[in-house]
Amino acid sequence: MNSITRRTVLKASSALAAAGMVGVPALAQEIEELVIAYNVNLPSWDPTVGPSAVNPTIQGLYQSVFDMFIHQNPDLSFAPGLITDWGWNEDRSQIFMDVREGVTWHNGDPFTAEDVAWSLERAGNPETGNPIQFVWGTIGNFSVDGNRVTADVKQFDPTIFKWMAFLTGYVMPKKYFEEVGAEGFEAAPIGTGPYMVDRFERNAFVRLKANENYWNGAPEFKTVTIKFVTDSASRVAEVESGNSHVTLEMPYEEYDRLKGRAGLAGSDRPISDIGMIFINDVDVMLDPNVRKAMAHAIDKPLIVERLLSGYGVPIDTLQTPEYVAFDPSITVEHNPDKARELLAASGYSPDNPVRFTIQTTRGFKPKDYEIIQAIVGLWRQVGIKAEIEVYEIAKHFELRAADQLAPAAFYNWGNAVGDPTTSTGFAMFGPSPHSVWDGEELVNKIAPLWGEADEDKRIQGWKDVDRFVAENALVIPLMQYVQPILHSDQVKVVQHASGALLPHLMTRA
Amino acid sequence: MLSGSLSVLLLRIVLGRLATMAITLFGVAVIVFVVIRVVPGNPVAMMLPPGATEADIARLNALYGLDKSIPEQFVIWLGGVVQGDFGTSISTRQPVLDLVLGRLPATLELSIFALVLAVIIGGVMALTGTRFRGTRTEGAVDVANGVGLSVPDFLWGLVFILLFGVLWPIFHISGRISPALDLPFVTQFYVFESIVRLRFDLWWDLLTHMFMPALALAIPLAAIISQLLKQSLKETMHLDYVVLARTKGYGENRVIVGEALRNAVLPTLTLIGVQFTFLIGGTVIIERLFSYEGLGNMAIDAVINRDLPLIQGIVIVFALIFTVVNLIVDMLYAVLNPRLRHA
Repeated sequence: MNSITRRTVLKASSALAAAGMVGVPALAQEIEELVIAYNVNLPSWDPTVGPSAVNPTIQGLYQSVFDMFIHQNPDLSFAPGLITDWGWNEDRSQIFMDVREGVTWHNGDPFTAEDVAWSLERAGNPETGNPIQFVWGTIGNFSVDGNRVTADVKQFDPTIFKWMAFLTGYVMPKKYFEEVGAEGFEAAPIGTGPYMVDRFERNAFVRLKANENYWNGAPEFKTVTIKFVTDSASRVAEVESGNSHVTLEMPYEEYDRLKGRAGLAGSDRPISDIGMIFINDVDVMLDPNVRKAMAHAIDKPLIVERLLSGYGVPIDTLQTPEYVAFDPSITVEHNPDKARELLAASGYSPDNPVRFTIQTTRGFKPKDYEIIQAIVGLWRQVGIKAEIEVYEIAKHFELRAADQLAPAAFYNWGNAVGDPTTSTGFAMFGPSPHSVWDGEELVNKIAPLWGEADEDKRIQGWKDVDRFVAENALVIPLMQYVQPILHSDQVKVVQHASGALLPHLMTRA
Repeated sequence: MLSGSLSVLLLRIVLGRLATMAITLFGVAVIVFVVIRVVPGNPVAMMLPPGATEADIARLNALYGLDKSIPEQFVIWLGGVVQGDFGTSISTRQPVLDLVLGRLPATLELSIFALVLAVIIGGVMALTGTRFRGTRTEGAVDVANGVGLSVPDFLWGLVFILLFGVLWPIFHISGRISPALDLPFVTQFYVFESIVRLRFDLWWDLLTHMFMPALALAIPLAAIISQLLKQSLKETMHLDYVVLARTKGYGENRVIVGEALRNAVLPTLTLIGVQFTFLIGGTVIIERLFSYEGLGNMAIDAVINRDLPLIQGIVIVFALIFTVVNLIVDMLYAVLNPRLRHA
């Protein structure tokens, strides 16, 4: 009779164990090759064209291979990069940029001022498909003289140099790109950045080799493999098992559980990503008492503490403390009694609540739905009955662009350059497709600031706008997110406030 | 060699299926084309930067051909498909056909490996249950089948990651092959090519990457196979020819494997064909969980990015696979079923 014996089982187990030992190589004590479990796939290598060019989560990958025109430090301050000096002429009709000398592309070609002029010209050409073309198109007629590039200002934009360290602000190789074309570049991308692309398997991984000639110093890890592990449970397992050394974007509870474990460590700091509630100027939102009551009823510190395990910073304007227009004197107090008074003045009470819909994503950002549930609970206590509608992030974009969001809608907003135009400006300026508050008074306050040449006056102007927005509760900023990064205790991670995970900032601990 | 009647039968099946395949694929193309344009989520809205104006939106819509009406877009797309041009992916800016064909082999290898595992596990369980019918072993097989059926594949995947990826790390958690290995492959059929090139080091690496996702996909199918095959075997065991074999003095194992199995396997074969298409559908979630670089993983990215041409391409390829698998099953059934063969 055939039967399964204890010996058979033991044999099979031993064979499986032996197979396992062969199958998965143990990681060496000292990390030779840094392995990062990354949370998104990289769809395309051209950082200036298509949807991935404006996807904030991919910028860390791009910045490992390409340099931006202007360098940005981890604290969001700007520093000389491939452009070492920049500015306007006296009457702001021209800009100039001095280009760093002695830099080479990954294929050994010399980096020149021609590359900068061509990259900017290409970015401003509507036919290339650069999503930020409307910014790059404000300068043109480039000329190169030695290592200086000059261009005419078609329309003055005080933030043009900040954009040179922001989305699509990457320098591309003119000669190489013209030789190989877009398809050839996709197959073998080169930049001037700290790492060179060694191997790329779409949807799987990218293997990077250190650029030993990097102008800002060669990175410490000579080989970096970035695995695209989109599932957060799998990412955590990657680090827990030692298959990867660094990962990001995981539940806070998992981060707290693992960061103290032997061999693992955690880094967490606030980044330029905030959670907020858009208010659409429709229905009951036209009543200032309702809006102000909504704002006063929310206990932001409590939400951060209970729902985000403390990994957040409560905010009252769309500026975080790292941004240039941050004004700590603008505050919105948590005061449920005041909220009740305001609602009573408009005829509402807990027995006769004001009703509206609030939209939110579920699982797009950490605890997004739970945060809105908590807020709806707080509102209910003062006389606001909000019905939650869950939508996909794609629907949010579509509704926002069409100005059809519900009276209230939860969203997150990133602003990696820290300028008020890219936070309060675009989120609150009525004509912008990102704003759903169209009030004329606010439009008139913001409009002159777009072209304000006096920097101090411009920043003060935005602070005044933020005060007006807060006093009238035209938007409800909630919290600045903290980014937890789980890593091996043999790796020292320097976090960038933009949220970009940059391997060249990592060193051996 | 095939007999004349069988050849005619197979030809009739192929011709009939080809006609319905064309109609099915056209129907799928129409439905997917319309549905992904009607559901919320415009790819241009997804890439709108702060500060974009109405003119910028119009420019991007025109760039991706979204400024035309849906029927116009469909006619343009279908015209391209007929000529082998499935369009260009919005997110990757690569030809859709290249992307899909580049990832299809990974999904096929994973699915076939999962199918093999399912057949082996399900077959062994069915045979064991039949051999030890009426004993506790059969009860254990029934319980295992129940568990296999009631736990979805992605949950098996999470359990395996925890067990064999973290607690007892013997298999790779993510990917298809170790990034550090140099690949000499010229096709995307890595497993097949590693065997042909006698590169068993690569083959083993591929296997240790595929095992957990394949097993997660295989278990629910194995349970179905086990249940159905065991039932068929049970019924067959009472048939006259099996009783005759037993009276001839054949051992129980020979009676089951040598006599009963041949007839009992036919209904299971049809089921395997149908379930295999479901198994391929299951790769979407499993590939995502294990970061396996197949078509399913790519499909989720395409949906997230609202990459309309890529979604269309992937759906058409999945539909094509389903219809081809059904065709193969029909033909196999015709070859193996004597009643059809001699009809």
